[in-house]
Amino acid sequence: MAMNSLLSVENLTVKYGDRVGCRNVGFDLFPGEVLGVVGESGSGKSTLLNAVSGQLPPHSGRVSYKTRLNDRCDIYGMTEPERRFLMRTDWAFVHQNPRDGLRMSVSAGANIGERLMGVGWRHYGEIREAGLNWLEKVEIDDDRVDDLPSTFSGGMLQRLQIARNLVSKPRLVFMDEPTGGLDVSVQARLLDLLRGLVSDLGLSVMIVTHDLAVARLLSHRLMVMQGGQVVESGLTDQVLDDPQHPYSQLLVSSILQV
Amino acid sequence: MSNFENTAYNFAYLDEQTKRMIRRALLKAVAIPGYQVPFASREMPMPYGWGTGGIQVTAAVIGPEDVLKVIDQGSDDTTNAVSIRNFFQKTTNVETTEETAKASLIQTRHRIPETPLTDGQILVYQVPIPEPLRFLEPRETETRKMHALEEYGLMHVKLYEDISRHGDIATTYAYPVNVAGRYVMDPSPTPKFDNPKMNNMPALQLFGAGREKRIYAIPPYTEVVSLDFEDYPFTIQKWEEPCALCGETESFLDEVILDDAGGRMFVCSDSHYCKSRQEQGHSGSQSPDAEKASREVAE
Repeated sequence: MAMNSLLSVENLTVKYGDRVGCRNVGFDLFPGEVLGVVGESGSGKSTLLNAVSGQLPPHSGRVSYKTRLNDRCDIYGMTEPERRFLMRTDWAFVHQNPRDGLRMSVSAGANIGERLMGVGWRHYGEIREAGLNWLEKVEIDDDRVDDLPSTFSGGMLQRLQIARNLVSKPRLVFMDEPTGGLDVSVQARLLDLLRGLVSDLGLSVMIVTHDLAVARLLSHRLMVMQGGQVVESGLTDQVLDDPQHPYSQLLVSSILQV
Repeated sequence: MSNFENTAYNFAYLDEQTKRMIRRALLKAVAIPGYQVPFASREMPMPYGWGTGGIQVTAAVIGPEDVLKVIDQGSDDTTNAVSIRNFFQKTTNVETTEETAKASLIQTRHRIPETPLTDGQILVYQVPIPEPLRFLEPRETETRKMHALEEYGLMHVKLYEDISRHGDIATTYAYPVNVAGRYVMDPSPTPKFDNPKMNNMPALQLFGAGREKRIYAIPPYTEVVSLDFEDYPFTIQKWEEPCALCGETESFLDEVILDDAGGRMFVCSDSHYCKSRQEQGHSGSQSPDAEKASREVAE
């Protein structure tokens, strides 16, 4: 475990009954770093993400996080209120399907404002101002602030979900296939936006994707998973340009060249 | 139970074990103001939505010496009020009244009487949906957790949504309140006009939700604060005209449609309050006397 890492994962094992979700995974995530997790469907990427983000208690192993107060705490050792508070302030989780992460029955502005109201904001004008600010940052017209998310397109929904998550100024963002289900041009625009936000805000990100192009564009470091285990990890360019493990080689060579 | 001669029913309909069970839930509810206590709600001889929760609470606390008043939307003489009053007359033979001050026990649907309640009185509310967070968070497991951890940001999301859609907080009934600085509570579908009356009320307030199997309470003299925003403070409804029968300007008014040509009148929803004011000589624009007078002038 590195001293200055933001998030440290040691020997994490998650089992579903007799089946192994992921086995003996360990890594450090440093402030401002983007870590990509790639691998085929069923390789344990999402299991790992859920276990690391405090949503799926692991069978064994440890996840520790360095809080703003600079003390390192065990995610599964803290009390539930503490963990939930952390998850809705210092952390963010971007779901693949934005409908999982948004409240579809309230307006875009209320979606963005929810985290602020959760930490005690009680001034309507300020909450709305913050909502408008964030809509602008994620390139949604500010006259859509009172519209329901159900009137938004897929790409806009995903951007709204990102705004809703980042409004509390988190330090650590988990993303589960953020570009899945979007068409290629919308994907490109979203990736551009994400890359800008990540570097502007200095976010640490753990991003799970099966799309190597997304991993190449966003992440600094990459972990390749197969059958619940990390088979290779390193700098993104290094892993993608010179894959060492046979599975990584297979994965890289399976990209269609057009 | 000296004057109770109806032997076909146990006193107050419910059997003694059930009443004990409900009283235990009530004690817990009083001990934790605003907290929803689950209880084993019984089938009552009336449909859900007609006050089965309120009736069970009333049956559990009523004694032979009690004087019972039942109101529905403030009125003593609507179907729901009349049938519940008859029910308790038949099963307890207690004295009933329409006078707020005379009653020791008041079961209500949707209103708090205009006459201020006093020490020793008990107000029982009929509650359809006890969970204030229900329409934003459908999962009961999640709302319970939110209450336990005091995560009430979501309640303000609803109020925010009101302002962004309607320009102000458009919630006019079941307006969420914070009880004793801890639990957020749905005050049942009473109009928000009545919310300030709940604050520091000398009477004990009990809430029963039959279908949802929940009981909650506000002990006497407990702080009850209506939620709001700093720049959109809580306000109560106002009417442009006084009650057409008693001339009151400070009470909650019902709009009554008179004809199909736009004719309407506003009258106190609290029927006993209105009647007693008329007996004291107050009158409004459509009082029988005023009408007679104006007719005489016309003739």
